[in-house]
Amino acid sequence: MRIPCPFCGSRDVSEFVTIGETSGPRPDPSAPDAAQNFFTYAYLRDNPAGPSEEYWYHALGCRSWLKVLRDTRTHEIESAALAREGAR
Amino acid sequence: MHYSFFSLLRNAMTGHRGWTPTWRDAEPKSAYDVVIVGGGGHGLATAYYLAKEHGITNVAVLEKGWLGNGNIGRNTTIIRSNYLLPGNIAFYEWSMKLWERLEQDLNYNAMVSQRGILNLYHSDGQRDAYARRGNAMRLNGVDADLLDREQVRAMLPFLNFDDARFPIQGGLLQRRAGTARHDAVAWGYARGASDRGVDIVQNCEVTGFIIENGHVTGVETTRGQIRAKKVAISVAGNSSRVGAMAGLRLPIESHVIQAFVSEGIKPLIPNVITFGAGHFYISQSDKGGLVFGGDLDGYKSYAQRGNLPTVKDVCEGGVALMPLIGRLRILRNWGGIMDMTMDGSPIIDKTPVDGLYLNAGWCYGGFKAVPAAGWCFAHLIARDELHSAAAAFRLDRFARGAVLDEKGQGPQPNLH
Ligand SMILES: Cc1cc2nc3c(=O)[nH]c(=O)nc-3n(C[C@H](O)[C@H](O)[C@H](O)COP(=O)(O)OP(=O)(O)OC[C@H]3O[C@@H](n4cnc5c(N)ncnc54)[C@H](O)[C@@H]3O)c2cc1C
Repeated sequence: MRIPCPFCGSRDVSEFVTIGETSGPRPDPSAPDAAQNFFTYAYLRDNPAGPSEEYWYHALGCRSWLKVLRDTRTHEIESAALAREGAR
Repeated sequence: MHYSFFSLLRNAMTGHRGWTPTWRDAEPKSAYDVVIVGGGGHGLATAYYLAKEHGITNVAVLEKGWLGNGNIGRNTTIIRSNYLLPGNIAFYEWSMKLWERLEQDLNYNAMVSQRGILNLYHSDGQRDAYARRGNAMRLNGVDADLLDREQVRAMLPFLNFDDARFPIQGGLLQRRAGTARHDAVAWGYARGASDRGVDIVQNCEVTGFIIENGHVTGVETTRGQIRAKKVAISVAGNSSRVGAMAGLRLPIESHVIQAFVSEGIKPLIPNVITFGAGHFYISQSDKGGLVFGGDLDGYKSYAQRGNLPTVKDVCEGGVALMPLIGRLRILRNWGGIMDMTMDGSPIIDKTPVDGLYLNAGWCYGGFKAVPAAGWCFAHLIARDELHSAAAAFRLDRFARGAVLDEKGQGPQPNLH
């Protein structure tokens, strides 16, 4: 698997670590349903068989967080962008 | 047909023409009392114990491929009960006890071999952690011996004791641990279940659940609709996919782990050895091949194959631990897809859908669990109550904050 890092170009997967699929923003801890929201946020996953949007960290490269669209059935990588783009 | 020395002798004398198929390859009926989704070790063991312990025999095991195509035929066959946490120890020890009488119970040679597992330690901190684990095991009646460096050297003189960074300082030994023949475990349970009337249906993929008023009443399959009073999911690695068909969103990621086997050599490795400094473990099969593996690849996958960096990492770990295997050739390597849960521990529980039961989340350690998971899951399905040995494996433990995290890694499945 090679990941097209927007900054470094196509790099071997061994340079990266992943924390799995992207989740929404961190829940509001003061909301009345915060406990339920944090449970969903921390523990539940879609875990799709097919295209999956994931966070990958280029630890042994530019140290950017990336948003990678990857097919979990084939390991094919469709796109990779800087995670901060479009965030917030 | 009962297998014995005499049946072997009789068939040897008559040109081996008298053997009958080990289990029945059944056609699906339109309705059952219990439908089990997934014909792996867990599904088959569940069917066997449902029939044997609870007298429930109107049961089908629906398998999307062929019997044994999943992780039951892909694992590295290690069985052990060297756990730390109270919620785990009793369960895995119960499994070990079932392993110890499995072959007599099934009348099938599963090649259970209690050759022992040795977890090596390489630092004072690791020694303390293993001493603690060993003590927890002994307090729960499980055997454990903490060995020092010279005791390990007497057992395994070929290890690399004086590695500059990771000298071997000793190991935690569980003598009753060992290996079993994985395919034989599947076939033994399949035969035991089939003989008692369970239908084992191959090439029958479950594609949906029939749910009426919050109650499951059957499944949709590639071989038509099948009605059932109770449905039990046991699809290792595919639990999220199958669960989603019933509207469940689970605390699981599917990951790939690889395994390897070398060309056959004369007996070298007497037990199971794990390297404490890299992630590498190894044993030797009765055919002579060295069977070994290491870390997960680290990313979600349904592909049943891994990538090269992990192959390299495993081989580096192996050569660091035992340089003498450096020139052996690898015959085969393969991958399997496992459910990795958010705390590294499994789930045996009811689901929010009435009549739908879930056995999932076995990570890379569900082979050793096959007997006890089948036992406890059958108990749950038959009696609608949790078995005491599996009482910690609740689905709602994450929401309650009662996680069962052996490694203390938190909700990061690729680190468990
Ligand atoms: C490389 C590797 C090494 C391992 N080593 C060890 C080890 O040394 N010790 C240990 O204890 N554990 C080990 N494990 C883990 C162990 O193999 C698994 O936890 C265990 O086998 C999972 O349970 P199972 O046997 O029921 O799974 P499986 O055999 O995978 O059974 C699940 C079945 O469900 C079927 N299925 C899926 N979806 C559907 C559907 N929609 N409809 C119908 N059927 C479906 C699949 O085809 C499959 O046959 C290892 C795993 C791997 C991959």
